[in-house]
Amino acid sequence: MSYLEYNTSQMPTGLRKVLYLNWPLIALLIMVASYGFVMLYSVAGGSLTPWAEPQIKRFGLGLLAMFVVAFTPLWFWRSTAGVAYGVTILLLLGVEFFGTVGMGAKRWLVIGPLRLQPSELAKITTILALAAYYDWIDIKKISHPVHVVIAAMIALVPTLLVLRQPDLGTAMLIAAGGGVVIFAAGVHWGYFAALIGSGIGLVTAVLQSRGTEWQLLKDYQYRRIDAFLDPTLDPLGAGYHINQSMIALGSGGWSGRGFMEGTQARLNFLPEKHTDFIFTTLAEEFGFVGASSLLLLYMMILAVCLLTALRTTNRFGALLVMGVIGNFFLYFAVNMAMVMGLAPVVGVPLPLVSFGGSAMLVLMIGFGLVHSAHIHRARLPS
Amino acid sequence: MKRSDREKELSRRTISRRALLLGAVQLGFAGTLLWRLRDMQLNQSEQFRLLAEENRINLRLLPPIRGLILDRNGVILAGNEQNYRVVIKRDDAGDIDLVLSRLAQLIPLSEEDIERARRDMLRNRPFVPVTVAERLSWEEISRVAANAPALPGVTPEMGMSRAYPLREDTAHVVGYVGPVSERDLEALETPDPVLFIPRFQIGKSGVERMAEDRLRGRAGSQRVEVNSVGRVMRELDRVEGTPGANVHLTIDARLQNYALERLHGQSAAAVVMDVKNGDILALASGPSFDPNLFVRGISSTNFNELLNNDYRPLVNKTVQGMYPPGSTFKMVTALAALEAGVTNGQETVFCPGHMDVSGNRFHCWKRGGHGRVGMVAALAESCDVYFYEMSQRCGIDKINEMSTRLGLGIRYELPITSVAGGLNPTREWKRNNRNSEWRIGDTVNASIGQGFVLTTPLQLAVMTARLATNSAVLPRLVRDPLDRTEREMASLDLRPEWLRMIRQGMAQTVNDRRGTAYSSRIVADGQIMAGKTGTSQVFSITRAERESGVRRQDQLPWNRRNHGLFVNYAPYDNPRIAVSIVVEHGGGGSSAAAPIGRDITLAALNDGVPPLSAYPAPQRNRIQYEQDEMHERLRRPEDLRLSRA
Repeated sequence: MSYLEYNTSQMPTGLRKVLYLNWPLIALLIMVASYGFVMLYSVAGGSLTPWAEPQIKRFGLGLLAMFVVAFTPLWFWRSTAGVAYGVTILLLLGVEFFGTVGMGAKRWLVIGPLRLQPSELAKITTILALAAYYDWIDIKKISHPVHVVIAAMIALVPTLLVLRQPDLGTAMLIAAGGGVVIFAAGVHWGYFAALIGSGIGLVTAVLQSRGTEWQLLKDYQYRRIDAFLDPTLDPLGAGYHINQSMIALGSGGWSGRGFMEGTQARLNFLPEKHTDFIFTTLAEEFGFVGASSLLLLYMMILAVCLLTALRTTNRFGALLVMGVIGNFFLYFAVNMAMVMGLAPVVGVPLPLVSFGGSAMLVLMIGFGLVHSAHIHRARLPS
Repeated sequence: MKRSDREKELSRRTISRRALLLGAVQLGFAGTLLWRLRDMQLNQSEQFRLLAEENRINLRLLPPIRGLILDRNGVILAGNEQNYRVVIKRDDAGDIDLVLSRLAQLIPLSEEDIERARRDMLRNRPFVPVTVAERLSWEEISRVAANAPALPGVTPEMGMSRAYPLREDTAHVVGYVGPVSERDLEALETPDPVLFIPRFQIGKSGVERMAEDRLRGRAGSQRVEVNSVGRVMRELDRVEGTPGANVHLTIDARLQNYALERLHGQSAAAVVMDVKNGDILALASGPSFDPNLFVRGISSTNFNELLNNDYRPLVNKTVQGMYPPGSTFKMVTALAALEAGVTNGQETVFCPGHMDVSGNRFHCWKRGGHGRVGMVAALAESCDVYFYEMSQRCGIDKINEMSTRLGLGIRYELPITSVAGGLNPTREWKRNNRNSEWRIGDTVNASIGQGFVLTTPLQLAVMTARLATNSAVLPRLVRDPLDRTEREMASLDLRPEWLRMIRQGMAQTVNDRRGTAYSSRIVADGQIMAGKTGTSQVFSITRAERESGVRRQDQLPWNRRNHGLFVNYAPYDNPRIAVSIVVEHGGGGSSAAAPIGRDITLAALNDGVPPLSAYPAPQRNRIQYEQDEMHERLRRPEDLRLSRA
């Protein structure tokens, strides 16, 4: 859909757009973010600093960004998708060559006073680019190998660049976001069957290559896999985090140990309790009630977004929403699976709840796009 | 691209189908997560809760306060001292070097101390307090406290450590404590968990070791909450331990101090015993050592010095040292002969200065001989020939029996380490140990306490007490002060007329002009003592030495001279105490041991420095001089700290 097909008579304009915002989504986002504020307050030992207060400010900033993105006509996003994608790739290449190293990975690009994390940006722009791509090409030809390869390239280039940093978690999210868009666009089943088949092959290769010259992952990544497979193997080493996390989570019980009473978190047995392991703290202090209600809220966000995707006839908009929620789902699913010992420890924070600025902003921009698709949805002729 | 409505519809249908499919997959996965959450939080929460508690709760033992060791009057022999120390925490200190250099201006710190503290700090986690200096004085610790603002991370702390305020005085009796060693732990089947507390100390020797169970007490415990790196966050609860019980000794700290100082400069032992109940009033072994050195961890230089000293300061000679008793054994021979009925004691024996027994010539110490002597004179003048004769008449078995009856050759159960049993040689013993038959010469040697006979100073004191009381006195070192019951002693059943003769002989030894200890007599009324000297040969003077002109003991090297011994009881008419003295390589009993015995006896009877009037007038100047010299070394009454209990 280009602005030429924009049926202004069907579209809300100006401040009227406010009425057409996806209000249930906004309410859900605020509720989820509030879980984060409460937990960040708790893990700081009952203090707004150093985490809760900046997080609230960032969320406010995120809401603002979300509204700006939401009110921007959808055709603008479609038109600039290619440019945004190109810039992202350039920035990722910039990281590759000029990036600053922190915590064993090259993730940041410093330009003057700005500190950019282009991999976060890539989550959005990859989805944008793919949605725009599928909106652009002929629907009948989407399963043609050339088009599938092009789409796959669009998803894989940023994925591989991020994987090189290395940042397994983000790379996975980019690939998944892209994959969901490609799947939703209606590409033939056979490709996905082949992909899953080769995925299994790759896992085998990764595991088999360990210790050889062409070892595919870093040693620490292998250790994380080991620890995942059997956390008790090395309770003080690589398995420590998973073990402690499971202890905290399990000890929460039905209603939890009480607000700010979680011993595992308060006594530092939990690593990264304000970021990757914040769900554990929630589960410890508020128990099954707290943890499952957050999961429910997440699922409701998914449902609300899915409804938007189903109700629009705008192909770009629908694909965009699918990409955003695919990404969002994987985000919290991987994080929760990780702290529950169902997935290896990969550095994926809990969306909207974990402390972190760039991730929060990018998520809110993503939801801004969902809003934009919602407001500017092509309504069926009534 | 402009799409037809058909295409739009197709697109919508495809996307809807796939979106619903994706939604279903997501819902499925979320269901898995929920199921897992339920499993962990509802089904297994008990186990996880337990693990979380194990994580955070740490049980710590609180070392009990060790019981005191007190003398008979409540003077503290082993106490617990406030130990002021300075600890420093790295994460509070900031600039370690600056803080340490400031600290060095306030308290004495060597380069080595500073280096060690720095090393410990860097090796430990930053919040672990490291001890910089220990055993500081109150002034030093106050200086540190007053300068606290300039010393971030530095805290003055107080702990308890064992201290022996009388230092050398009771080292051999009380012993000392030290850190628990691997060997200590191996010796125990189920070691008290308190032993695993770092720097916990247990008795290593003496009463400290033998009464360990009473002194130690029971540990308390404390449950604390710790964080993931082990830092204590708060105390959850605490169970106080039971302090160890005090142990009251029969020792009189003042007399002990006097006795040890009187042995000054000699390698010697002195035992003072209450003849009525066997209480050991003094058990002095000189030279002694400072047990506090061992508590602090003795340096190898100091330890080697103690170990290589010819006077063997580490050995408790009173119970561990075994010496031929020499002439102090003659009372045994005399009583054996009386009991065997081979003499009535009045009958005299002619001493020509020697006696030939089966081809060997046995000399009397007096070359010219004593002439005709009866039992009393033989004891007083210590005539050897008389006892050679008696021993041949009654035989070794009778001597042996009497020796045992008088308390020799018996290992007494005292709560001190390495109590020796001495040796009462029998025919059987010689057969087993020397692989040869007992010969008459052995009996003759034994009659004057030479040959195989070995006794400890403690045994000699017991023997003397038994002679003085005619009852089977047993030594006692620990006594409950609340226990007022008199000890019942079995009678020795020695006929009073025999004992009268023995006691008379001992009285004449000291108080008769011809007695061997006449120069050590006491003239004070009611304090007259009875005793017996002994000189036991360690080596004979060799022919070569004799030819090169060595005639006298003081011409020999120290370690080849004779031991000097003296036993006595006093007062003669109403015995209260028995004393035994052994001066290793002191030359002779009458010259080396008897004066010490006299002074210690007087100190015991007068409860302090002996009055000059107790000495014969001509000696008083010299005694005065000796006392003045000794006065400097004696502990003043204010040094004897009483326990408040």
